Parts: sequence; C-alpha cells; structure tokens
Amino acid sequence: MTAISQAQKESTGQVQPRRQRRELSDRAILNLFIWPTLILLIAWNLFPLIYSLFLSFTDYSAIANKAPTWVGFQNYADILSDPQMWKYFATTGRYALVTVGMQTILGFSLAVLVQEKFKGSGLVTTLILVPMMLSPVVVGMFWKLMYNPSFGYFNFLLGFRNPSTAPEMLAGRFAGQPVPNLALWAVALVDIWMWTPFVMLLVLSGLKAIPDYLYEAAVIDRASSWFQFWRITVPQVMPLLMIAILFRTIEAFKSFDLVMGLTGGGPGDQTELIAVNLYRQAFLGQWRTGRASALAYIILIVIIAISNLYIRYLNQAKED
Amino acid sequence: MSRKLYLPILLIAAMLLLAACPSAAPAPAEPAAPADQPAAATEAPAEAPAADTSGIDELSILWAQWDPADYLQQVGNLYEEETGIKVNIVQEPWGSFFDLFATEMASQGDTWDMVVGDSQWLGQMATQGHYLDITNFLVDNGIKDTVVPATLVYYGEYPTGSGTYWAYPTEGDADGFAYRKDLFENPDEMAAFEKEFGYPLDIPQDYDQFMDIAKFFTRPDDGLYGVAIYTQKDYDALTMGYENTLFPFGADWKDADNNVMGVINSPEAVAAAEYYRELYDCCQAPGLSNAFFSEVNDAMISGQAAMGMNYFAFFPALVNPGTNPDYYDKMGFFQNPAGPSGERGAALGGQGLSVVSHISPERQQAALDFIKWFSQDDMQAKWAEFGGYTTNQAVFESEEFLNATPYNRAFAQTMQNVKDFWNIPEFGQLLEVAQRELSAYIVGGEGNAQDTMDRIAEEHDKILREAGYIQ
Repeated sequence: MTAISQAQKESTGQVQPRRQRRELSDRAILNLFIWPTLILLIAWNLFPLIYSLFLSFTDYSAIANKAPTWVGFQNYADILSDPQMWKYFATTGRYALVTVGMQTILGFSLAVLVQEKFKGSGLVTTLILVPMMLSPVVVGMFWKLMYNPSFGYFNFLLGFRNPSTAPEMLAGRFAGQPVPNLALWAVALVDIWMWTPFVMLLVLSGLKAIPDYLYEAAVIDRASSWFQFWRITVPQVMPLLMIAILFRTIEAFKSFDLVMGLTGGGPGDQTELIAVNLYRQAFLGQWRTGRASALAYIILIVIIAISNLYIRYLNQAKED
Repeated sequence: MSRKLYLPILLIAAMLLLAACPSAAPAPAEPAAPADQPAAATEAPAEAPAADTSGIDELSILWAQWDPADYLQQVGNLYEEETGIKVNIVQEPWGSFFDLFATEMASQGDTWDMVVGDSQWLGQMATQGHYLDITNFLVDNGIKDTVVPATLVYYGEYPTGSGTYWAYPTEGDADGFAYRKDLFENPDEMAAFEKEFGYPLDIPQDYDQFMDIAKFFTRPDDGLYGVAIYTQKDYDALTMGYENTLFPFGADWKDADNNVMGVINSPEAVAAAEYYRELYDCCQAPGLSNAFFSEVNDAMISGQAAMGMNYFAFFPALVNPGTNPDYYDKMGFFQNPAGPSGERGAALGGQGLSVVSHISPERQQAALDFIKWFSQDDMQAKWAEFGGYTTNQAVFESEEFLNATPYNRAFAQTMQNVKDFWNIPEFGQLLEVAQRELSAYIVGGEGNAQDTMDRIAEEHDKILREAGYIQ
C-alpha cells in the first residue's frame, strides 16, 4: 500500500475502527481480561460465602416460600449448646486424629521404602498410588463388600470363617455383641488405605529433594543411620510432611462421601461425622438452611484454627 | 477506601439485596406455622370453564427414576395418541428427587406441570403453596370415590382429616414380604418344621410364626438366613422397616391430638422395637447392616435370605428371569403378619400426582384434564396392566388385577391396612431422631428398647412443641 492511498483512506475515515482499537489503553485491556474472571469469582465463591454467612444469622429454609428471618446468634447458640453436636465434633476429632496420624506414619514409611530404586519400583509406586485415584463412592461400595461378614475378604484374611462369631465391622459388632466405635474404626481404616499414598507422594518428593552432600558430610563425620534420619531426613522433609498433614486434616473434617457410602452415619451415630450431619440438616427432608449455614461456619472456624496452628509450625520448621 | 474496590463491593451488595428478596411473587397468604394449616392456595376449578388449553401441546411430570415412571410414560403415550398432547415423564434418581423438586419450588419454578410426590412431602408443599388444591376437582368430578379411601387420605389429604386434597393417589405402595416357595413347599423342610414347632410350615399369619420361620431357616453353615429387613440409616429405610412391626403391634407415632409422650414409647411400641431387634440379631443375612430395597432384593436373588421385606414396587425384579435367574419362579409374596392382638399394618410407600401451583392457569387446566382422563376406570386398568400399582377401587378388586402378578393379591390386602409416618413440614427432623435412635438400638445393639423409645418420644415432643403442634 502506498503512502498516498493510506493517506486517502485515513482522510475518508475507512481506517477509523482500527484507530479506535489502537486507542484501547493497556488498562482497558487489563480490565477486559480481569473483570470476567473477577465477576465469576464473586458470583461463585465470594457471594455464596457472604450470603451463607448472612443466612447463618437467620431462621431460613431454602425450600420455604418465606424470606429469611433475622435471629442473630441464635443458630450458633443452639448448635453450641446441643450435646448431640458436641458428640459429632468429638467423633470427627477422633476420626481425624486416627486417620491423619496413621496416614502420616504409614505414608512416611512407604516413602522411605520406595525411595530406593529397585527392579519394578516405578510399577510398585504407581500401584501404591491407585487407591487415592479412585472415587470415594466406589471405594465405599467395594469396601462394603470386603467387610461383608459372610463372603468379604476382610474377615477371611483375619481368619474368621463363621459369620456369627466374626466381627461385623460396619454394624459395630463382634460375634453379635456391640463394640464401641468399631464402625468408626472400620471407616477410618478405609480412609487410611485410600489416602496414605497421598502422604507418601508428598514425602517422597521431599526425600528426593534432599541434597546428597548432607548425607555425605554426615557419613564423613561417622554419623549413624539413625542420627542421619532424625537430623537430616526428618527436618528436610518436615515442610512437605506438614503440608500433607494440613491437607489431610482439612479433608478429615470434611469427610462425607466415604462415610455415606459405607455406613450412612450409623449404626446410631457411631460414624456421624460433622460433615455428614451438616448435610443431614441442610438437606434430607430437614432443609434447615439457616442452622446448617451456622454449622458450616463453625466447622470453617475450627478448620481455620487448626490450619493456623499447622502453618505456624510449618513456618517455624522452614526457619529452622 | 480505594476507588477500585467500589465496583466489587457494589456487586456483592446488589447480589445480597437480590438474594434477600427470594421471590418477586407474593408469599403465601398464610404463614406456615403451625404448619398444620395449609397456605391459601389456588383452588382448582371442578369443571373446565376456565382457561383455554388449546395452545398446550406438551405436559411435563417429574417422578423418581424407577420402573413405574416408565409405565407412566406408556400411559402418557396413550394420552398423546388420544389428544395430541405429549406427556413427558422426567425421571430423577431417588437420592436427589426431593432436593431437585424442593429447590425448584422454592424459586416458584414452573419447569414441571405435575409431580408424583411422596406422601411425606404433603405438609411442606401444601403449607408453602406449591401444590394446587384439587379438592373440588376430585369431589365434583367423582374421582374421590373411585380410589381406595386410605390411599386418598395418605397420598392426597392434608391436614389429615381435613377433607382437603392436594394429590390424586397414583402409585399405591406399601411394604410386604417375598419368600422362597421352594423352601416353604419342600416336604423335608415342612416335616422338619412341623416336628420342631408343632404346626405346619406355611405363610406366617402372625409375627410369632414369622419369628419361628425366620429362626428355622437361619443356617449360617449353608449360607442361608431367615430374613433380609431394612436397616439403612441414610434417610428413612430403618424407620419404615420398624413401622412394619410398630403398626401391627398396635402402636403408632402419635395420637389424634399429635401427642407422642406415652404413644411412641408405649409398651406396644417398645415390644415392636424389641421384636425388630431380635429379628435382626437372630436371622438377618450378614452384611445387611445398612440395607434398603436393593440390598434386600440382592439377598433374595443370591439365595441368602428365605424372606425379604420390601416395597411391592420393587418385587417385579424378583420374578424377572433377567434379574433373578435362579429363583424367579420360586418367589411367593405375603402381606405383613398380624401383631399380638391380630392387628394388621404396613408402612406406606407410593406417591400421589399433584399439580404445581406456579404454572399458568392454562397449564393447570391441562394438567387437571390429564388427571381426569388418567383416573378413569379403563385407564387405571391399563395403568395396572403396564405394571403401575393402581389405587382405583374397581380395578383393585377385580380378579383380573389380583391374578395379574404373583404379588398383586398380597398388595391389595396390604393396602387396606397401611399407615404412614408424619407428613408435616417438620417430618425431616422427626425422621432424623427416629433413624438415629432406632439404628443405635437395632443395628448397633446399644441400650434397651424402652430407653430408645423414651428418647424418641422426648425429642419428638420437643420438636412438635416448638413447631406449635402441641400446646
């Protein structure tokens, strides 16, 4: 295109749109990209968060044809003064403690074991990771079969052949007699089986990142293997291990699908974790939206408090 | 405050304002509490003077995802052939059926014209103005007198005894038992049973006989157990299962004035709980500690259980060679045995067909036209022929219906004695208490029946007082 024809087009206004586009400032382009994302975030994350906080101070049912009624802290007071709710929190605490504790010990041990290269180690590592790749509902369904007292593998491997004298894990009974918390430990065992590989994976990446020269220096100083483990391996892996523990603790407090698939919260309230009860109050014929929102916020506060403790420890570990 | 923050804050504030006004349409005229008082709902016209339905060429009905919904679709196809109006049955899995419908109603949605809803929903839907009041329509068109009276009470009437109807009883259902005829009619088994118990082995007439038979067939070494009964805690299964002993034992959830103290913890209710627990302890197929209809049917199909409790709607799978290849021709069915005083009773299942009040008057009229057509005797006969459990009295009593399947006779007997759980808006809270306590006692083996029923009575009493049902 010649300079003359370009000048002609400009004089006739034919390149006007192009000029307008050029006038879009960097700021405008930035806004064009940011605002759709921001609006989506506000609509899908921030708004529900704030709206549910508002609902937690109201008497409201999502299916009632009535506007929310402001009740102040009544829902919070009702929940915190209900002994049944404290029972569910205690059950959840026990569950979190056992599952996260066992996952940490087993995950760490497995990571140390598979860290060494051996023939087929890649395949073994992949197989160990399979449980955490499965859907919790599917895991619940097939563990239900494994726990079956008459044909399940679990009792068979333990050496029980007669169902009437065997443990019935999900019913919380042994030889027909009730065993306190047996069903809870049965669910915890499945959770441990499923999520230990997650801890192992994080610890493994931590182990692989430890520089060899630390061990070489320790060997030169004639440090024992035990000393190397406690003074090099554990401190070096600690930040990643703490992250794994943090994630698993948060997940343990939110455990829902596995429990619903295995026991539905029963027998009685043996496996009624707080998230299961939250679902029960929010849906399942009750639809106590205001109270359920308050409970959700209480759970959130508990999780944030625990997470804070972990993060403080994590920061401390990093500084050390 | 930074200017940049104004816009997001304004957006959030606008959303909150919008959300704080859940509906643009007027709320029901009457407040829901005490919830026994239905909202002032739209009254359906008896005859069709009203809206012009000529522009309507499709009707939509929401139901759960199961075989009867397919049968209703077949009925709908006939309606389309006759009138040109397409009837579309929308099926939703049981687990999310109520949640889906309830949330749609909360937003006064008109996605579906009708719903085949559970009896327990009646109070909530009526008091909150989501169902059309079809009392005049049913009475003036003579439809009210065509159905089994008990089904109209449980599937359609709210409050109970008010004579106000919100649904046309569509799928009758209740609990009964399936049993293995090959075991019951085996000469060796019959002789052995008679020798042990002193009377012939036959369909149990009362719960004492039922227990004898359950114990007789419990043989862990052979992989055979007396019963498969409901124990699931998730929603309502265990409570419904317990009702199958509660009602025949002469007890109920409440008296006529909604009192529960001394009623649900009466000696009869306690005895019913003890019986259910004994049945679970002695004779339940192993692994059924959280069992509902599919687990019970599985136990029958696998030959694990001699008798299985279930809703009649789930029995077709047991006589189908495709789903029950080994025992499909060996299945018999009977109604719940009588209690100690000879009383019969069964937990109610099934649903009624209701018109959604949020649709236009034209669509309401078109929906009522469909119900009027569907309620005719010959159409109900067709419905039963397809596999639906009709509640039509004439069809119900016909020999043709009674002999159509191996379970229809037991079903017809059962439907004369059905009773239901609470159907008030607070039923979910009441149910949660019953499920928790019964599960702990029956499945978990914790505590004793009297304490269990006392706790249920106390908590139910508290909920009902707070909601204003008991002064």
